[in-house]
Amino acid sequence: MDVLKKVPVREQDPKVRATNFEEVCLGYNKEEAMEEAARCLKCKNNAKCMGGCPVSINIPGFIGEVEKGDFQKAAEIIAESSALPAVCGRVCPQESQCEGKCIRGIKGEPISIGKLERFVADWSRENGFVPPKPEKTNGKKVAVIGSGPAGLTCAGDLAKLGYEVTIFEALHEPGGVLTYGIPEFRLPKSTVVHHEVENVKKLGVKIETNVIIGKSVTIDQLIEEEGFQAIFIGSGAGLPRFMGIPGENANGVFSANEYLTRNNLMKAFRDDYDTPIMRGKKVVVVGGGNVAMDAARTALRLGAEVHIVYRRSEAELPARAEEVHHAKEEGVIFNLLTNPVEILTDENDWVKGMIVRKMELGEPDASGRRRPVEIEGSDFTIDVDTVIMALGTSPNPLISSTTAGLEINKRKCIIAEEGTGKTTKEGVYAGGDAVTGAATVILAMEAGKMGAKGIHEYLSSKEQ
Amino acid sequence: MYNILKAEKLADKIYLMDVEAPRVAKRCQPGEFVIVKTDETGERIPLTICDFDREKGTVTIVFQIVGASTLKMSYLQAGDAFQDFVGPLGQPSEFVKEDLEEVKKRKYLFVAGGVGAAPVYPQVKWMREHGIDVDVIVGAKNKDLILLEEEMRAQAGNLYITTDDGSYERKGMVTEVVKDLVENQGKHYDVCVAIGPMIMMKFVCLLTKELNIPTIVSMNPIMVDGTGMCGACRLSVGGEVKFACVDGPEFDGHLVNFDEAMKRQQMYKTEEGRAMLKAQEGATHHGGCGHCGGDN
Repeated sequence: MDVLKKVPVREQDPKVRATNFEEVCLGYNKEEAMEEAARCLKCKNNAKCMGGCPVSINIPGFIGEVEKGDFQKAAEIIAESSALPAVCGRVCPQESQCEGKCIRGIKGEPISIGKLERFVADWSRENGFVPPKPEKTNGKKVAVIGSGPAGLTCAGDLAKLGYEVTIFEALHEPGGVLTYGIPEFRLPKSTVVHHEVENVKKLGVKIETNVIIGKSVTIDQLIEEEGFQAIFIGSGAGLPRFMGIPGENANGVFSANEYLTRNNLMKAFRDDYDTPIMRGKKVVVVGGGNVAMDAARTALRLGAEVHIVYRRSEAELPARAEEVHHAKEEGVIFNLLTNPVEILTDENDWVKGMIVRKMELGEPDASGRRRPVEIEGSDFTIDVDTVIMALGTSPNPLISSTTAGLEINKRKCIIAEEGTGKTTKEGVYAGGDAVTGAATVILAMEAGKMGAKGIHEYLSSKEQ
Repeated sequence: MYNILKAEKLADKIYLMDVEAPRVAKRCQPGEFVIVKTDETGERIPLTICDFDREKGTVTIVFQIVGASTLKMSYLQAGDAFQDFVGPLGQPSEFVKEDLEEVKKRKYLFVAGGVGAAPVYPQVKWMREHGIDVDVIVGAKNKDLILLEEEMRAQAGNLYITTDDGSYERKGMVTEVVKDLVENQGKHYDVCVAIGPMIMMKFVCLLTKELNIPTIVSMNPIMVDGTGMCGACRLSVGGEVKFACVDGPEFDGHLVNFDEAMKRQQMYKTEEGRAMLKAQEGATHHGGCGHCGGDN
């Protein structure tokens, strides 16, 4: 064994998996996990990996238990900090967080912390490990809005502290982006997501689906009429952006949200579900983030030739490295430094092509990435019948516009204090994409934890 | 689960149901809509609210069979339940939010085509409850397809019924009635609210533009989540992109791009047709239609 190299993780063959929705990564088995865990230096003081983890999981601690083969203990250590380890092990951008800070990674490859976390979480599920339920509640009611990663984490933490928590979910299934956004082949729903949601419920958390806060009931009504003493808003960033180019309302142009929701939440890829989805022959996905990769790989699995059109170069792709790598392996074609100018339509308003323009990189912009600059006269047309816009999302104004005293910034994000999630309205806390704009699952979880802490401090101080 | 307390066939392919949904019944307003889903594998179907009972916690919906999912819904009986029923969605009608005194000064004309009578009904009822007499035109293909006639008559100031084939009351399109009322009967209207099939709303708007009557229409495009998340329901209103689910469903009809909206409604037509055949004919459909792939 080469201690400088990660124990490789088994994956479905790219040619095979490009035609199915089964999970791509098969994960470690016991032996592989223990072997990988043995590479860890178990840094005693100031383990850098922990500093890279938004929820500060005791990483050397749990990896030490994995090495010993005490997976139950490892699971308990993770459960102290994270309610969703099976999710995080799969979707966290480890390369820029824990693994990016790993000392082992200075010379060789960092420890596969994500894969080990996933292994422990999967082992727990398969072996019926259930997080202990709090013995009694403190009788204080807290409402959590949204059952995505921020809401689930906040609800789980508050339940552990004894609060009576109800989560309100607008859709018919809990999970938020874990359910409607991230595809099955990256995050299996019936096993992984469902199980993590069930675990939160086992802590005593109630989940009421089909309730749209701001429409079915408002925040003020929850407080005044339903007796909730504090609220956490984790409603995400649900509104899709479009480019505003000609032809964007043509038939065959979708937001990535719509495309992924049809496929993931509504299960359109399965014959036994009624919701339809467009199975294009040639699909262009515009954008370079995780959502763009998810949409591209979904379209590929539905039988299309798929192109990613992205205006910057490969180095600037915001997606996780593993997703880009997987997309390429599966046959997604990357048209980089290319930007759509117009969508062409036939006489019935169906997409038939797209005019794109070549770009080059100029000076760095506010995001630190080099700004794409148009190359004059470089337009060309590509044949395409389906276009998916994956350009990011912004928070839904439904809650902010119906809650007096809840202030938002100019990007429509709820203003909340860092570290506690406290908003401008008393008793109301917020976190996740609703506050930051579209970000990652783990950052939303961190915000959920902070919100729980903020609410606990608020309700404890109120008592005195 | 959301229990169905009453299920009634109103006309060919048109059904009415009272559904237990206390949260929706408590808050809903005229102009808003709900999304229903029959079971685990079902589609999310947007439907306008026809009536509601805040005390009993029920919401009345009316729907027409237009595809496999609404066909499946039509099989549900009293005692059955919807797995999901969410709302209210969208913005209430403008008059609900306006100063009542201002609303009272105006003369309203409601125009309902086909199942459009269902969403028009709660608006007319709201007007009656606030002491405002309104004129209502209800049109349909034939006598059997005239919906909620008695209910509407009880709430409307004047009710004008017209059928395409002349099988009941007047003969002709709703637009002909509008024209007649304004041009021959000396009626004056400050606002027209037209709800029905898109093609009907388009023609009413062409006419009312000529007659200079501001007109509100209720759009019913393809939707998935109904909360602004997917953008499937986007449409052009006065050159701007709007989402029917959160910005609407009611818009200034003189600004709506109906041609684009009608084309967008065709998006899943082949797939819907395929599903419909499968639902209706089951294993007996073995192809030959050339569309459904049953030949392969």
